[in-house]
Amino acid sequence: MSFLVNVLEAMLRVSTPLALGSSGEVVTERSGVLNLGIEGTMYAGAFFGFYAAYQTDSRWVGLAVAIAVGALAGALLSFLVVTLGVNQHTAGLGMTIFLIGTSEFVNRAALGTGFGTSLKVETFGVIKPFGLGGIAAQYGMTYVTLLIVVPCLWWMLRHTSLGLAITAVGENPEAADVAGINVKLTRYIALIIGGMLMAAGGAFLTLATLGSFTLDIIAGRGWVCLALVIFGRWGVFRALAGGLLFSFVYALQFRLRLLDAWQGVPFELLLALPYLITIVALVASGRNAKYPGAYLKPYRRA
Amino acid sequence: MSVSTHVIDEPGPITARLIDISKRFGDVIANDRVCLDVRRGEIVGLLGENGAGKSTLVKVLYGLTLPDEGRIEIDRAPSTIRKPSDAIAAGIGMVTQHFSLVSTMTVVENIILGTSRIIIDRDSARKKIVLLCESLGFGVDPDELVSALSVGQRQRVEILKALYRDCRVLVLDEPTAVLAPQEAETLFKAVRLLANSGIAVILITHKLHEVRKMCQRVTILRRGSCVGTYEVAQHSDDELVELMVGRAVEHANHETVKPGNLVRMSVRNLVVESRGGRILDNVSLEIREREIIGVAGVSGNGQSALVSVLCGLTRPTKGKIEVNGHDLTHGKPMDYLNAGVGRIAEDRHASVIAEMSVAHNIVLERIDGFRKAGAIDEKAISTLVQKLIQQFAIRAAPNDPVSSLSGGNMQKVLLAKVLSREPKVLVIAQPTRGLDVLATREIRNMLAFQRVNGAGILLVSEDLDELLELSDRILVMYEGRIVAEFTNSQFDRNEIGLAMTGSGSR
Amino acid sequence: MSSIRIVARTQSWRNGAVILPLVAVLITLLVTSGAVFAANANPLQVFFEIFIEPFRSRYSFLETLVSATPLFLTGTAVALAFRSGYYNIGAEGQLLVGAIFAAGIGPRLGGVPQIFGILAMVFAGAFGGLVWALIPALLRTRANIDEVVTTLLLNPTATLLVAGLLNGPWRNPVTHFNESERIVAAAEFPILLSRSRINFGFVVAVIVMIIVALVVHRSALGLKMRAAGLSPEGARFNGLAVEGLLLKAALGSGAIAGITGACLVGGIQFRLTEGISGGLGYTGILVATLGGLNILGVAAAGFLLALVNVGASSANRVFGIPAQLSAVISGSLMMITVAVMLFRRYRLVYRKAK
Repeated sequence: MSFLVNVLEAMLRVSTPLALGSSGEVVTERSGVLNLGIEGTMYAGAFFGFYAAYQTDSRWVGLAVAIAVGALAGALLSFLVVTLGVNQHTAGLGMTIFLIGTSEFVNRAALGTGFGTSLKVETFGVIKPFGLGGIAAQYGMTYVTLLIVVPCLWWMLRHTSLGLAITAVGENPEAADVAGINVKLTRYIALIIGGMLMAAGGAFLTLATLGSFTLDIIAGRGWVCLALVIFGRWGVFRALAGGLLFSFVYALQFRLRLLDAWQGVPFELLLALPYLITIVALVASGRNAKYPGAYLKPYRRA
Repeated sequence: MSVSTHVIDEPGPITARLIDISKRFGDVIANDRVCLDVRRGEIVGLLGENGAGKSTLVKVLYGLTLPDEGRIEIDRAPSTIRKPSDAIAAGIGMVTQHFSLVSTMTVVENIILGTSRIIIDRDSARKKIVLLCESLGFGVDPDELVSALSVGQRQRVEILKALYRDCRVLVLDEPTAVLAPQEAETLFKAVRLLANSGIAVILITHKLHEVRKMCQRVTILRRGSCVGTYEVAQHSDDELVELMVGRAVEHANHETVKPGNLVRMSVRNLVVESRGGRILDNVSLEIREREIIGVAGVSGNGQSALVSVLCGLTRPTKGKIEVNGHDLTHGKPMDYLNAGVGRIAEDRHASVIAEMSVAHNIVLERIDGFRKAGAIDEKAISTLVQKLIQQFAIRAAPNDPVSSLSGGNMQKVLLAKVLSREPKVLVIAQPTRGLDVLATREIRNMLAFQRVNGAGILLVSEDLDELLELSDRILVMYEGRIVAEFTNSQFDRNEIGLAMTGSGSR
Repeated sequence: MSSIRIVARTQSWRNGAVILPLVAVLITLLVTSGAVFAANANPLQVFFEIFIEPFRSRYSFLETLVSATPLFLTGTAVALAFRSGYYNIGAEGQLLVGAIFAAGIGPRLGGVPQIFGILAMVFAGAFGGLVWALIPALLRTRANIDEVVTTLLLNPTATLLVAGLLNGPWRNPVTHFNESERIVAAAEFPILLSRSRINFGFVVAVIVMIIVALVVHRSALGLKMRAAGLSPEGARFNGLAVEGLLLKAALGSGAIAGITGACLVGGIQFRLTEGISGGLGYTGILVATLGGLNILGVAAAGFLLALVNVGASSANRVFGIPAQLSAVISGSLMMITVAVMLFRRYRLVYRKAK
């Protein structure tokens, strides 16, 4: 019983950055833009959040800086793919390489650390609502993400004219233009919101779970989020469901490692399991997925 | 708002006015100091052939295109319209030619899209839409997905969208191009109702009879220039045509031959299913040598699917296809090519590699025949392509990328590619869509010539005049079925039109 | 209101192919000099160290070529796939699995002539890369599942696979270091020039580049692949078997990425190590993009990024500036280049106020 509680408790914790990252990517892709900068944006959120928190001794400033960096990254990518209309695959990957490089450069130059680090910041704590422990003992950020951020995004996409506009520019930008929507501005907004969410997801790792920054901290979580978006067919709740599945497998292998029967298996092989499960889930659900109509297409009036 | 039925006898004061609008795209002058005005309660015609600059002009009015020169007045006051939202705010509504609707959204969502409220109120919007529908006699379900609507219904949604925003000027860009004659009739009734309620309507068309029926005044464009504005009643059809085309029209006169008895292509009981529904339902037809079979129908009634199957792009669910005795039922594009079928698809841009050269596009489907020692034999390709460019009067060099060609030249490249292989059967869709008068004439002549040479041709077109001019027989498609057949001795516009709406007598 | 607008050129700007990359490099240097300043170094000195110094010393120059070798290969792998419209972003994983296969066979080649040893290494690498590329390729061509996501997910998977092998069954039994057994001498790529690390891997890279260039630009298969890449719809209409072409491109690309792994094992490391790639597969995407998906361009871009890599480490030694400068420069260069290269097809028009 306690085994299951442990797994579920870890699942919710592990799913938090994925939930933030994948909802950020959902908003972005709904507007018709692929953001392959997600891995780098999460990385930069993790690092700059940590860095600012370390410099100011405030995790709140850290979180705010992370989100600001995410917004900047979203705006920069928008300039490239929305204003200039360059290839979204290459612009996004360039973004990832640039952001990871910059984060590590600043880490080295300003904090003087490379491999592993002993620098620590005060983290956002675990809260136990109504004194409940077990599964309910989670970080405040986890509660905010799962109970406020994701539902609000769903509501925003469905019940506000911004949400409708984002979907419209992603499906048929010509129609949105004729309806009086500023297509480029709408995409900028979607990418900036998306970038903020992704960076917050990265910052969760440094400012809540770890309290420190290590190299390769994101370790492909951004790529997992991309898969979750397709798995979730561009819906935030469905993507979250996928994130929970990934996190469950992740938490499970983490607990299995501690059992005697599994001691002989190198833990890295178990760690690879969630990635493979994600691919399997994608195969099961993503066959002939229907992408947004204007996916990858820059908009320019004829 | 609801549309009142109060009739305004005299057109009112000028609502919108375009003055000296000029617009160039590269070397092409789309509009050269063009003027247009429309008055309250009036339907003004904007007449001109394809490429005359009609769409550019109204795009300027709607803020979709910024003019190089010229100005716009709304209610006699200078107005700066730089983007569609400016135009909407100024009371201008537009129904574009290839509708501007998001097909994955519902009717309500499409109509409220871009309106300024922060939080959507679907219920109150729905009420307003239902009221509008009632006043115009539109039967549109506000909660239906647009993808489930017919073309005619989509057009009504577009009109509702404009009215929902309280437009005072309504632009209709070739609204009947996608409708059957009878559907057009219904549309015109609604438009007249709107004009009577005080809305100023600009009706773009290249069909003369529509202008005569709907408009008092007509502004005529020719090659980007404004020919003038005329009282329709004071000019004959021939006069108006000459103003539009610039010379007396030559009537087509094709050599007549009798179709032979040899069946080139036979299609039996063809069924294509998609998402549970039948796009093609039991279609059977035969094409004989020296015969052109025309396929008529309102767009979206299965013609595209038929062409797609006969190009080898869609697998039929049931049925049998034979060409010159070969079974091609499950044929891929290469099988069709090898069996001697020449294919010109509906969407020119989807049948070329736009960034590749003219030469490589022409030989791509038979590139394996142009190899020398493992490499591509560019010399042999160049010889062939030079010859074709001369023969088909293509204005392009072999190494020009296809993307740099005009629509007419691109179509000629495609025809050159297909005809140089001397196909026994031709499957051709919308061969002259969007082309100017000259290119249209050249291409129709080529088709007529192919027939004389013995080919069997399946010609799918939304242009009824084209079908009437070229076909030996016309088949009419409605909801995936062939509902009527006419032979050229008994061609009758009205009957064909009726069949296109599914209400024909046969 | 006056404004600047982007307008399409009627003809693409030919000289732009040469001028614009240089402009991109200049802008990148301007932008990144901010980072150099922030690290308390003089940008002029640092850029001199990176871009000029290697040409003044034989060793540095050859070291740049050593560093360029894997970039030529991964760049070619990516260019081949991208040209065909297959977005293989998994060169990193394919390289690693290629390295695993090569490191697996390398210690077992004792007694064979060196020429066979080397060939066996190259083929083992190619096979490994192909295996890792096969899954996403089949998923794409059979079930239409986006290869971008699947190839990306297989990268961390391969990294974990390497780490798992080295911490488990392949851990060196003697030293207990997490590195595999050393390959035998017969499997080692010979050094081409004395007093350098430049080895037979460089020759392999050049041969692969020539073959790919010939296939892509001169053969019928290459024309078909390019057609599929430019317009899958149009290619299908013209009777080409697009799925088959994608599969070929994907597997070819994976095999080349795998050969890169074999070259690293056979020519540099002589065993599998955890950090054997360190992002070379991702850098390959940079190289391919900067090179305009053209093999000559790949050669130029691979050399340029190798300069940046080698130069950044020596700038690190000389000025104490973090070696991660190379990632900052290459990331910015990629984004700036794709933006600047647009102006081959577009130009800016300044509209005056009315």
